Amino acid sequence: MSDNPQAFPGIITPKIGAQKPNEGRVHKNSGWKLYIQAVVARAYPRIIGQQREKSWLFFDILLPLLSVCAYVFVYQAIGAPEDYIGFVVIGGAMIAFWMNVLWSMSSQLYWEKEQGNLALYIITPASMMAILLGMALGGLLATTLRALAIILLGSLFFHVKYAVTSFAQLFAVFLLTMVSLYGLGMMAASLFLLLSREAWHISNLAQEPIYLFSGFYFPIKNFSFWISAAASFIPLTLGLDAMRQLVFESGPSLGFLSVRVEIIILLILSIVFLFAARVMLAHMEKLAIREGRLTENRR
Amino acid sequence: MEPADLRPINYKSSTFSRSFRMAAWLGWQIESNWTDPFLFAIYSIIKPLAGAAILVVMYSIITNGDFADPIFTYIYLGNAFYLYVGAVMSGISWAVLDDREHYKTLKYMYVAPINIPVYLIGRGVAKFLVGSISVFITIIFGVLFLHVDVNLATVNWQLFIVSLAIGVVMLAMMGLILAGISLLIVNHVWFIGDAVAGALFLFSGAIFPLEVLPVWLQPIGYIIPISYWLELLRRSLVGSIAATFPTFENLSNSQLLGILLGLTILFGIIAKFLFRYCEHVAQERGLIDMVTNY
Repeated sequence: MSDNPQAFPGIITPKIGAQKPNEGRVHKNSGWKLYIQAVVARAYPRIIGQQREKSWLFFDILLPLLSVCAYVFVYQAIGAPEDYIGFVVIGGAMIAFWMNVLWSMSSQLYWEKEQGNLALYIITPASMMAILLGMALGGLLATTLRALAIILLGSLFFHVKYAVTSFAQLFAVFLLTMVSLYGLGMMAASLFLLLSREAWHISNLAQEPIYLFSGFYFPIKNFSFWISAAASFIPLTLGLDAMRQLVFESGPSLGFLSVRVEIIILLILSIVFLFAARVMLAHMEKLAIREGRLTENRR
Repeated sequence: MEPADLRPINYKSSTFSRSFRMAAWLGWQIESNWTDPFLFAIYSIIKPLAGAAILVVMYSIITNGDFADPIFTYIYLGNAFYLYVGAVMSGISWAVLDDREHYKTLKYMYVAPINIPVYLIGRGVAKFLVGSISVFITIIFGVLFLHVDVNLATVNWQLFIVSLAIGVVMLAMMGLILAGISLLIVNHVWFIGDAVAGALFLFSGAIFPLEVLPVWLQPIGYIIPISYWLELLRRSLVGSIAATFPTFENLSNSQLLGILLGLTILFGIIAKFLFRYCEHVAQERGLIDMVTNY
């Protein structure tokens, strides 16, 4: 081993006898700087790390694409209008976001607990909200790339025709859907903080039923008003409905509510979910510490 | 001290049956004891019913609820029996990952006096049982509420039981192949079962006749044993409806059974040798106790 301190960049060795009071100390951020630093640090592995694992990229795109193809062929087998094929492609792309929220947001704190990282998060001076926000931003960016690839490939395979009526509204709908969806994910993450083995099963259970009620493969207008209204608690329900209205010719006639109303509801959901996530996280963290669940490992 | 019992013991058969029984029991505990039985039953029912309901709603929207059309029964039954594919095939391959990455016990399994392939197949039993309940409930729901035309008096029970049994063995062999591959692949193993089940769902004509696939993709459907298995199950349950689809109209029941049996034996041989090879490589590379933390 080398004795030269310069061989270990990053480790600052104080000079004995020639030291001023603050010399040799590592600068530490605090307040909003620490908050942003934590957000960036947690987003980094989501954006950079996942791109390094090329096979993940392949499977993240391939799996939803296989489902998309299967459901498109079902529609073709029963003679559905062409726009329904587009509905499936868009729905299949949005599934990538739901999967990301479900497995990489909601149940993430459970995985962290399993691997022993959760306690480390708690004892650092960084805010847990910042860590969740970093997770959300990183996951959102990485998943957007996958969703775009699914839309591109699905549209090319099945010759989907789009008729966008308003790019501004489309952008607003997408943005609000994502903010509220990841807000919901952050809220759910705090609930999962208390879970053990059941977390995996609950995430698993929240797939097909949500695909059904959120209308990933068909317009939710076909449900009764109250079922559609209840399903709107999941932001993707209204987001998908609004997007279909904005990008397909037959979309407006199959919409649940008008796009304007859906934008307003998504805005309200965004605010409510983010606020609720903050409150719930603080509460659940205290509860988990009190009940000694942060380090438990019930496999 | 009593002298040791030195009577000859059939070690091979006792190891086989012990590995299978213990694995099946362990698999059942892992599957079911995370919650109380009532919640577990709800969990086991909701997921498959929701999956079937997606197809029912899609079909209903386009056809205005014309459930009497043969294509609906074709789609519904194919989707219901496909639940076995995910349960058995993914269940067996998942056991490798569960033991190695989650419980970190795979290395202990290797030092225990058990037969690993039999152990893995045993681990799939619990998923098979849960899958059977899901398939049963899905079909009952379809018969009671959606006019799925299964008449118990006209069902060819002999063909049904034989086809089902061969099919489950075939799925177990495919699961063992995936389990072998899972022993070697480290970083992205979590996706293998899902990816293969998803691909087979697309190409096996589970929810649409193979003729709907583009012509250049159809040959894939004809080399997959699941396509023949699903056709046999449809013929045994709803023979008149299965006859309205031309996919396998040139093949008799016995020919279909012969093909399914042949492919099952072929997959069994591949599974035996591939698993042994993968196991050898995994031991050489020290992958048996690898934890990837993904």
